[in-house]
Amino acid sequence: MSQFVINLLFVGGSFALYIGIAIWARAGSTSDFYVAGGGVHPITNGAAIGADWMSAASFISMAGLIAAGGYANSTFLMGWTGGYVLLAMLLAPYLRKFGKFTVPEFIGDRFYSRNARFVAVACLIVASVTYVIGQMAGAGVAFSRFLEVDSTMGLIIAAIVIFIYAVLGGMKGITYTQVAQYCVLIIAYTIPAVFISLQLTGNPLPPLGLFSTHVESGIPLLEKLDQVITELGFRDYTADVDNKLNMVLFTLSLMIGTAGLPHVIIRFFTVPKVADARWSAGWALVFIALLYLTAPAVASMARLNLMTTIYPDGVDGQAIEYDQRPQWIQEWEVTGLIQYEDKNNDGRIQFYNEGNAEFAEAAAARGWEGNEFTYNNDILVLANPEIANLPGWVIGLIAAGGLAAALSTAAGLLLAISSAVSHDLIKGGIKPDISEKGELLAARISMAVAIVLATYLGANPPGFAAQVVALAFGIAAASLFPALMMGIFFKRINNVGAISGMLAGLGATLVYIFIFLGWFFIPGTNNLANTPDNWLLGISPLSFGAVGAIINFAVAFAVSHATEEPPIEIQELVESVRYPRGAGKSYDH
Amino acid sequence: MSGHDYDAVNYWKANLRLIFGSLIVWALVSYGFAILLRPMLAGIPIGGTDLGFWFAQQGSILTFIALIFHYAWRMNRLDEKFDVHEE
Repeated sequence: MSQFVINLLFVGGSFALYIGIAIWARAGSTSDFYVAGGGVHPITNGAAIGADWMSAASFISMAGLIAAGGYANSTFLMGWTGGYVLLAMLLAPYLRKFGKFTVPEFIGDRFYSRNARFVAVACLIVASVTYVIGQMAGAGVAFSRFLEVDSTMGLIIAAIVIFIYAVLGGMKGITYTQVAQYCVLIIAYTIPAVFISLQLTGNPLPPLGLFSTHVESGIPLLEKLDQVITELGFRDYTADVDNKLNMVLFTLSLMIGTAGLPHVIIRFFTVPKVADARWSAGWALVFIALLYLTAPAVASMARLNLMTTIYPDGVDGQAIEYDQRPQWIQEWEVTGLIQYEDKNNDGRIQFYNEGNAEFAEAAAARGWEGNEFTYNNDILVLANPEIANLPGWVIGLIAAGGLAAALSTAAGLLLAISSAVSHDLIKGGIKPDISEKGELLAARISMAVAIVLATYLGANPPGFAAQVVALAFGIAAASLFPALMMGIFFKRINNVGAISGMLAGLGATLVYIFIFLGWFFIPGTNNLANTPDNWLLGISPLSFGAVGAIINFAVAFAVSHATEEPPIEIQELVESVRYPRGAGKSYDH
Repeated sequence: MSGHDYDAVNYWKANLRLIFGSLIVWALVSYGFAILLRPMLAGIPIGGTDLGFWFAQQGSILTFIALIFHYAWRMNRLDEKFDVHEE
């Protein structure tokens, strides 16, 4: 059986499963559509949150980023998991007790202001749309590499599948497909990792393998990796970071951004009780950790494997001849994600850090005239089974897993967008007397529109795809998280305070990002070059969400204390979300 | 909450204490051990590197899981103790 047929079987089989679940779990009411009827078991919800949260960025990109950055990029591991501690203790149980359908609805009710609700809707839509573009683009890459279809065609297939289960089933359909997608993606991620960990360290558990002895050399794996890459002029994998302030703020931005992302928060509205919301945050992190503890092992092992592929006789020996390169390098060259240029015309692939001035002399002595090999970080996980010579079915599994990660997150984001439009804008604004049937139809239509828009943007990604993800976290961190947290923990925060806080936090974050990355990301319109020398106190634009959040808190406190305290019924509302009794199912008003 | 105001205040204070304690641990393992205090832990070797690296890539995640389950367990008991749990 050819690799193409195997991939087709895995991807086609998983898609058939998702559609089958969608037909089984159709949504009959707005409660089904927005919160899956409010009857999801906390462990089921934990797995669904895992798939909802782990996107193409977690599945495809993260290990590649860690492989490239080593210790410095541990920020992604801590940032994207630490947010769940904040969710479990500061937001999820109270928002579940509040018992409504959407995040802007809480902000609107708590700050007794339709304007606050609309500001929250705007933040939600910008954050979710930017995020969904990345998912669709990721699905396109997986399709074009594994199914040999044009990536636009692949995107349209993905869009149709999402359309069927998200529009039909709403949150109910999405919940159960996400559980299936979690199973597919975690199996796909861990199986190749187990094989590779066995090959390199003899330990079948990758997280333990990471700190075990490298079988071939007899020294610890990480020490071996440090040795190999520093001999090629690369930075020490485990080296400490100089700019600790930036590392702290980047991690903090990812954590509070994670806690403030609406598509994750609304998943907590689907469980029956407040206590279940707490448990499901714990289960969610267990399911997420299975991948996040495997990722750093995959990162270091894949990087070491890549080096031994290119330098089969060790880094002191000759690099591999281009004509002898393995099959997977040839296949990824076709996609443009691996590039080779024979600068010294010796027919071999010299791969080293040409940017390291101290290493230049050693390179010249070996007759090297520049680095000849570049690869895109994103291929590392997808090519991992091929790099380690694993059987064909593992490659098919990776294809299905990458697509599961992208589709499950896309569906969650699309639901957050459509419920904000139909429930917050239409029912909460334009047409409050809409019938339940009418609202359900509006939710389905806005979902369909959002899918078409996301597919279009995924096929024609704006040139700033990498930056916009930072924007999504920046917005969630600087606007939504502080507003939600203050709404629960600080009774004194009033409508004016909350709105000025959100606008100040959001404004400061956007301005700081635009100064370095261009106004509205239009290339060439940035005021300062995006280099560490120009950053304020060495804080990168990606790390500024945490500063934006601090500004939001400060402004909201100052303004609230200078103006009237919230009306008594609002203070009672805050009291009521703090005590679990009487939550009942998520209800409509 | 009428008639139980004293209990309600104590319940909320107990919750805040628990959150505060949990967040100190949360910050200590991630921002502390894994980032700012890493040079101080450099002398403790673990699998070819040092303890700070382990906290950055594994230890903090494991601690986060323990924190959430501990919090959920303690809060669910507090809910019953102060009689604010759901039936």
